[in-house]
Amino acid sequence: MAALALAGYRNLAQRALTAGAWQENRGRLLLSVAGVALGVALGVAVHLINGSAITEFSLAARTLSGDADLVVRGPLEGFDETVYPRLAQLPGVDVASPALEFDVRLPGRRALHLIAVDAFRALRIQPALFGSEFRQLPALLESDAVVLSRAAADDLGLREGDALVAQVGTQTVALRVIAVLAAETAAQRVAYADIATAQWRLQRLGLLDRIDIRVAPDADTGEIAARIAALLPPGVQVSDTDAQSRQAEGMTRAYRVNLNMLALVALFTGSFLVFATQALTILRRRREIAILRVLGVTRGGVLRVLLAESLLLGAAGSALGVALGSGLAWLALTRLGGDLGAGYFSGMTVHLHQDPVALALYFALGIAAALAGCVVPAWQAAASAPAPALKAGDTSDTAAGARPPWPGLALLAAAVPLALLPPIRDLPLGGYGAVAALLAGALWLAPAVVEWLLGHLPSPRDAVALIAFQQLRGANSQLGISIAAIVVSFSLMAAMLIMIGSFRGSLEAWLEDILPADAYVRAGGAGQTGFLDAAALRGIATLPSVARTAAVRIQEIRMQPGQAPITLLVRDIDPADPRALPRLQPGAVKPRGELPPVWISEAAADLYGWRVGNEIGVALGGAAVRFAVAGIWRDYTRQNGTLLIDRARYVAATGDTRVNDVWVWLAPGGSVATLAAELRQVLGGAGLVDVRDAASIRRVSLALFDRTFAVTYLLEAVAVLIGLFGISVGFSSQVLARRAEFGMLRHVGVTRRQIAALLGIEGLLAGATGIAYGLVTGGAISLILIHVVNRQSFHWSMDLHVPALALAAVSAVLILAATATAMASGRQAMSGQPIAAVKEDW
Amino acid sequence: MNRRRFVLLPFGALVAGGAARGAPGARGAADVAYPAVVPGRALRFPDDEGSHPDFRIEWWYATGWLFDAARQPLGFQITFFRNRPVDTGGNPSRFAPAQLLVAHAAISDPQHGRLRHDQQLARGGFGLAGAAERMTDVHIGNWSLRAGGDALNARMAGREFSLDLALRRTQPPLLHGDDGYSRKGPGAGSASYYYTLPHLAVAGSVVAGGRTSSVTGTAWLDHEWSTAPMEPLATGWDWIGINLDDGGALMAFRMRGAGDGALWSSATLRGADGRSRTFAPEQVTWTPVRHWRSARTGATYPVGWRVAIGELLLELEPLMDDQEMDARASTGTVYWEGAVTARVRDRVVGRGYLELTGYWRPFRL
Repeated sequence: MAALALAGYRNLAQRALTAGAWQENRGRLLLSVAGVALGVALGVAVHLINGSAITEFSLAARTLSGDADLVVRGPLEGFDETVYPRLAQLPGVDVASPALEFDVRLPGRRALHLIAVDAFRALRIQPALFGSEFRQLPALLESDAVVLSRAAADDLGLREGDALVAQVGTQTVALRVIAVLAAETAAQRVAYADIATAQWRLQRLGLLDRIDIRVAPDADTGEIAARIAALLPPGVQVSDTDAQSRQAEGMTRAYRVNLNMLALVALFTGSFLVFATQALTILRRRREIAILRVLGVTRGGVLRVLLAESLLLGAAGSALGVALGSGLAWLALTRLGGDLGAGYFSGMTVHLHQDPVALALYFALGIAAALAGCVVPAWQAAASAPAPALKAGDTSDTAAGARPPWPGLALLAAAVPLALLPPIRDLPLGGYGAVAALLAGALWLAPAVVEWLLGHLPSPRDAVALIAFQQLRGANSQLGISIAAIVVSFSLMAAMLIMIGSFRGSLEAWLEDILPADAYVRAGGAGQTGFLDAAALRGIATLPSVARTAAVRIQEIRMQPGQAPITLLVRDIDPADPRALPRLQPGAVKPRGELPPVWISEAAADLYGWRVGNEIGVALGGAAVRFAVAGIWRDYTRQNGTLLIDRARYVAATGDTRVNDVWVWLAPGGSVATLAAELRQVLGGAGLVDVRDAASIRRVSLALFDRTFAVTYLLEAVAVLIGLFGISVGFSSQVLARRAEFGMLRHVGVTRRQIAALLGIEGLLAGATGIAYGLVTGGAISLILIHVVNRQSFHWSMDLHVPALALAAVSAVLILAATATAMASGRQAMSGQPIAAVKEDW
Repeated sequence: MNRRRFVLLPFGALVAGGAARGAPGARGAADVAYPAVVPGRALRFPDDEGSHPDFRIEWWYATGWLFDAARQPLGFQITFFRNRPVDTGGNPSRFAPAQLLVAHAAISDPQHGRLRHDQQLARGGFGLAGAAERMTDVHIGNWSLRAGGDALNARMAGREFSLDLALRRTQPPLLHGDDGYSRKGPGAGSASYYYTLPHLAVAGSVVAGGRTSSVTGTAWLDHEWSTAPMEPLATGWDWIGINLDDGGALMAFRMRGAGDGALWSSATLRGADGRSRTFAPEQVTWTPVRHWRSARTGATYPVGWRVAIGELLLELEPLMDDQEMDARASTGTVYWEGAVTARVRDRVVGRGYLELTGYWRPFRL
């Protein structure tokens, strides 16, 4: 009976313990929950946004390929159609469905994606292409017919029977909308046409963009793929139908992983918040815990209660985070698109696709983070002997005491080889490891370094300041929490600031390099139907406002099967003019022999392993043309690599005299406005070309950059909050521990103001040393981010630009905030009776 | 996705091209300058055995009876349609849809109890599908009907069965109507050029139900081209083509209007002596004597007939009742087409094919 009663009481006591602590610490607990929630939310949002974009991308790709087994693709401008009948007649090929797929430029409007097929073949592979209600196939065969998806029709304000005015070259052609598909048939903004219509009306005669292949049921797909590959000209490749989705996934992976790393950092800080909160509340409840132990609650019981608390914290944070993250993902998808504005899925409408498994995983991760934060303090609380804890004022051993420096030094040393590792599966895993090792090492050494720093500062004369100095020099474990919080939050923030500053600075310099002309005339992006032909080019060159021009052709070609296409930038290059080339890495040499030069981007060098002097084969006009790598340049726009060649060589190999852009150097007295007016005159219509000056392109590019990195600025703000929270927790614990000290000081005549000043000075010192230390650590981390993580993730280099002013400002604000926080945390020390505080000790 | 799932195409509409007329945006067929079918044009052979690409629609329709080594009967049908659907506007693209080709094949095996059938559809061009002029040579992929020597070779490989048959000519072409000008209704506008190669001697092989059988038999090839092959009021038709055992051949059809009344009838009978007679509408009467109802579609077909052509009174009985072609999933139509035996006073006098359309719903070509 007694045992039962005791058990009942124990249970009650445990509940009382928890409930009491929650009431006392509501603010801190809420912050811990928020920390976990933030980490989970960020992870969930990144996952959902990207997962939805990939799903939508795959769905869009599947819209056409249906149950095809293989797909043949070539350069962006298409490949010779004569390969199609040869593939179609290959034994083992059940259906070969040829298609054109490109963006149609619409004057004054966003380009429209067009898919043109031979419906009799396409419908055998993809019966659902037009939906089940479609009865317009005969009409689709008419030579000007197009079918619009609901999204396209709504966006363009077109209905059945209306004309769709498309731009081809610098002319327009009117197509007729014969039907609008049901909304559920095609989610994207897309048009369909007969392949013959597209070839003729949109000037792609003789060309195909893809051939979808269904293999006969009794044939071996791999074997058929090999037989097809043997028939294909250079630059045209066969792959399985999932390759495209895989490429999209691969392309966004580095971006995604980097954002996920930020989410992990947020989770880690959440974990840290739980640790700090629990450390503090356990410190406060030492006596209650000791009483429970005396009453017969086992160590395991105490541990279970404390862990259960963290579990609840974690669950609350996780639930909140999952909801918040889903909301965030929805908001981002509706406002920014599937790539957060980074440009991977531009032009695609992405709907939120839920992923219950991933949500559950992130939920569990949040709980795990909370538990991890609680384990050490809970274990220590459970392990401590109850008798000394019952004594008033005992506040010993919450965090580790003195420790040897060698593990910290070992971690710092480990960062070096980790940073030198090559990318693993295209991810900078070594770089992440190096950052983690650097951070962990710096944290381990933090108390020792701070102690050393304070030891070397001259002692002040003022009594209060002297007390503060002495207090910090004897740095106890609670203060360690404060300083660790500052070091972690500030070093990460400084690293991000330096990295983003470097990126932005490099981008600005690069934009200067890459935009040497005064004005840029664009008739159509890569692969679009808008272009300038030789006659239009000549017309532009002779305009009164124009002094000099350079023509640019943008192509995409395929180097290796299954790999994303590489961009081929074709330009009028004057080899004598060094400004004609973008910033080159040192080591450019004159190519050996008679091979024409190609300048490759860093991404091309990384992805294909090419070096200066290498010979590479480039598929031009259906044949492989040899080039020699003459230099490696920086390209911040294309992650899949870029090849730059001289236009004369390109035209000789392909006969393609069309161009996308013309760079214009203005004649004296000419302006962008006069140029635009002259262009309208000579082209005979408005909206056929875009005319922009270099400054506006730079402005737009930098604005896009800032928008892309907006999310990281938000994270930095959060990091600052966490740092301040750490200071608050540290000082609160300290004040608790030093109640007797403060009581004594009051007793000997020290005023409340002076005690506040004492704490303020302590906060200032802790903040300043933590920030100094964090700045050094952050600087080292930023170097890893710049030279390893970014380089390996996105394949571009950048120069170091330290945003000194921003760093100084943030440091000052943080030091001030640390001072204020320390003083605020100490306020409760001044609120009690000094006599009682001193008495507690006896 | 089901690999076996076949083309979901309203290709019935495509075969006619203009059938979608009146639907929004459909204007192609009305704009195309198709040649008219006029009386007095003498058919020339072998040139007219080839394709007539300017006309809107054309078909080569082979039907017949086969017997395997055990003398088990098997009906077969293999058909190629050529259709000129729209005005391509002079589109120079090699994909320009100047010609569409549709092929159909079916076998009637009493041991299987219902039709096995398959189909192909493609636009002409690239050597992947097409119909040659001046000789019979029409194909879609590995389905083909090609003249070679004194035979026509018919080949197709489907999902359920394959045919590889040589159809050897034994008789001169049989011209229908007015020396090949065959009217389809009281209006002079609906007519076709129409001739038959009857009594084709068949030898070849059939693969079905996992068995390959060597077969021999007798077949019938119709070749018909037109721009307006159907009276606007017609809702369906009944047609027979019979190889008579004495060496004669009989073709008869009637176009039905609403209420199944006959709009037009016609027949051609070639006697054993090689002399052929054509019959005016009032000389041909069709009387159904037995019906069969399809549980699949609910349609009821008159599968037993008494057909009077002049003094000849033929009784028709099918090889099996269920020779219904349920092509709702592909062409959107349902009709009955199958092997029949012709009797005169209970004596078998010939074998051929019977086609019944418009019994499920009004039939539009």
